[in-house]
Amino acid sequence: MEPSSSKSPLNADDERAIKDICHAKQDVPGGLLPILHDIQRSLGYVPAAAVPIIAEYLNLSRADVHGVISFYHFYRTSPPGQKTLYICRAEACQAMGSRELEVHAQQKLGVDYHGTTKDGTLSLEPVYCLGNCACSPAVMLDETVYGRVTPGRLDEILG
Amino acid sequence: MASNLIKVFVPSDTTARSLGADAVAAAIEAAAAERAAAVEIVRNGSRGLYWLEPMVEVDVDGVRHAYGPVSPNDVGSLFDAAFLDGKPHELALGATEQIPFLSRQDRLTCARLGVIDPLSIDDYRAHDGYQGLSRAVELSGREIVDAVTESGLRGRGGAAFPTGIKWNTVLGAAGDQKYVVCNADEGDSGTFVDRMIMESDPYVLIEGMTIAGLAVGATQGYVYIRAEYPQAIKTMRQAIEHARSAGFLGEKILGGKRGFELEVREAAGAYICGEETSLLESLEGKRGMVRYRPPLPAIKGLFGAPTVVNNVVSLSSVPIILAKGASFYKDFGVGRSRGTLTVQLAGNIKQGGLVEIAFGHSLRELLEDFGGGTATGRPMRAVQSGGPLGAYVHPSQFDTALDYEAFAGIGAMVGHGGIVVFDDTVDMAQQARFAMEFCALESCGKCTPCRIGAVRGVEVIDKITNGENADDNLALLRDLCDTMVSGSLCALGGMAPFPVLSVMNHYSEDLKARN
Ligand SMILES: Cc1cc2nc3c(=O)[nH]c(=O)nc-3n(C[C@H](O)[C@H](O)[C@H](O)COP(=O)(O)O)c2cc1C
Ligand code: SF4
Ligand code: FES
Repeated sequence: MEPSSSKSPLNADDERAIKDICHAKQDVPGGLLPILHDIQRSLGYVPAAAVPIIAEYLNLSRADVHGVISFYHFYRTSPPGQKTLYICRAEACQAMGSRELEVHAQQKLGVDYHGTTKDGTLSLEPVYCLGNCACSPAVMLDETVYGRVTPGRLDEILG
Repeated sequence: MASNLIKVFVPSDTTARSLGADAVAAAIEAAAAERAAAVEIVRNGSRGLYWLEPMVEVDVDGVRHAYGPVSPNDVGSLFDAAFLDGKPHELALGATEQIPFLSRQDRLTCARLGVIDPLSIDDYRAHDGYQGLSRAVELSGREIVDAVTESGLRGRGGAAFPTGIKWNTVLGAAGDQKYVVCNADEGDSGTFVDRMIMESDPYVLIEGMTIAGLAVGATQGYVYIRAEYPQAIKTMRQAIEHARSAGFLGEKILGGKRGFELEVREAAGAYICGEETSLLESLEGKRGMVRYRPPLPAIKGLFGAPTVVNNVVSLSSVPIILAKGASFYKDFGVGRSRGTLTVQLAGNIKQGGLVEIAFGHSLRELLEDFGGGTATGRPMRAVQSGGPLGAYVHPSQFDTALDYEAFAGIGAMVGHGGIVVFDDTVDMAQQARFAMEFCALESCGKCTPCRIGAVRGVEVIDKITNGENADDNLALLRDLCDTMVSGSLCALGGMAPFPVLSVMNHYSEDLKARN
């Protein structure tokens, strides 16, 4: 098994970070999503080993916490690549060639959606609308949105 | 403070930046330094003339002149042509407000978009900001609710429920703690006006939510923003901080007796969380499972308390209603669709962007006069209005007026105002398949017709396009759609069949075997 697998125990720094986040937000009403967001922002994903810690702080069952993590597309349970490319798959982008764009991206990167390139530099995720639908097709690299993305422009963006 | 710096506006909204606005701003700054030109670069929001972005404006003696679309390579020649004096250039568009795409609109809710510096409260106030709230603090909750009811405003998030009636229920509900929740989940493809408001004029939403709080007696508000909108989240958070420091949020707002607090919450990528009861579950930190009703959220909403849930545009329309009066707003529009609709032209459209206009104009006018036809120059074959749950509208229906009832009359939906255009290369069987695929992906899983039916729908469409028992499978598809429409708890399962049925009814030639 690879060392960073989601099943592996947490290192001391990550465990500290998770506990600090839980401690800071445990009294926030409906605080589970904000806690999960903070953990993902800090570690890049929500490790399985975080579930019992969160459950204890929020006085929930592990099943409850796990159920929430699995319900939302946004939460990752394995480490992402150094960057994440989101390709919009929704209708306005379909109308401007996003289906061809996604095929191009998958071939170029050699990964499917939810996959990470072998060298660990990039994860590929689908997204359903970035609110950039007047300048489709749209992609987002980490938090930067690009419009009118042809296959050629995508190659430039990815460098 | 008088300043002799020439103001140059370079939009900072997500779409403008997605087309390189930051590089344009940097190029202008560098060129100005090199030429010792006394300019002040203002990062305004976007006016929503997206095919012209990055659209740079220069303030010449109080009149703004536009140039676009500008790339960094154009900056040198713009300076050479004296664009700082509003002089001609091949990218010159003339006085911004005279550009027909803009001058023919009725900018009420979106009046300040692209005009002001989004985070400047002074700029906001100099452009009529906080006049609605100033009126509201003088009024009782009942009087505010009556004004909103009288304006005829209906929810802009999709369901078009009268906003005043909803507020009235919350006002009348018993409870020490009440909430105002803004639905900024904007999940529909082809829509971006919520994002634009939050990025380009965040205080109008804050003002609208504060007025809602005063109206119904709520002291806490939440803005639930989709995770796909990082810039909107950031701008709203900063604006809330500024508003609090300036005394527009917190205790004793504007020196009155009442207080209101506001917090941004990030969503987590589930389309169903745009449905209001699913959204409330999510805000409570749970899976976004749709709730049965009754009870209505207005009676038992967030944490069991009476809650107003409204869309960004609905709430952002309240300040002008309070400032200018209900009848001012109501005078726009037709029939039972009063005020303005924020149309968003998207997909394969030459002139895409935001068109805020009184209800009642024909779809064709929007597509042709504003949109200018398709981006590819090919004939239009279909438009999907009202998001992924809306029917595909056939060109023979393009003369339908944009109003809630007229659209319902042809089995279509105005919804949140998104209009997604497709040219004649579209494969409508693929679009029908996607509607089912999306429903299957986003179903909350509570009811069988939606959870299982959508998966079956994809399979049946695949069989049809593979040429397996086409007639039987077409009949099966129609049955399946009927079951989903009648047996689903919410509009995801209940309306996802509409685009599919519209393909069966208007584009049956595409539902056949492929080679
Ligand atoms: C599947 C589904 C998704 C929805 N998504 C949104 C959304 O993203 N934004 C929104 O304002 N309303 C959305 N709605 C409508 C809300 O349930 C609700 O009607 C709306 O937030 C009420 O506000 P309004 O009256 O101001 O429109 C959605 C409804 C359904 C069934
Ligand atoms: S129709 Fe679908 S999304 Fe709506 S409640 Fe039922 S299962 Fe959930
Ligand atoms: S549909 Fe792709 S950005 Fe909206």
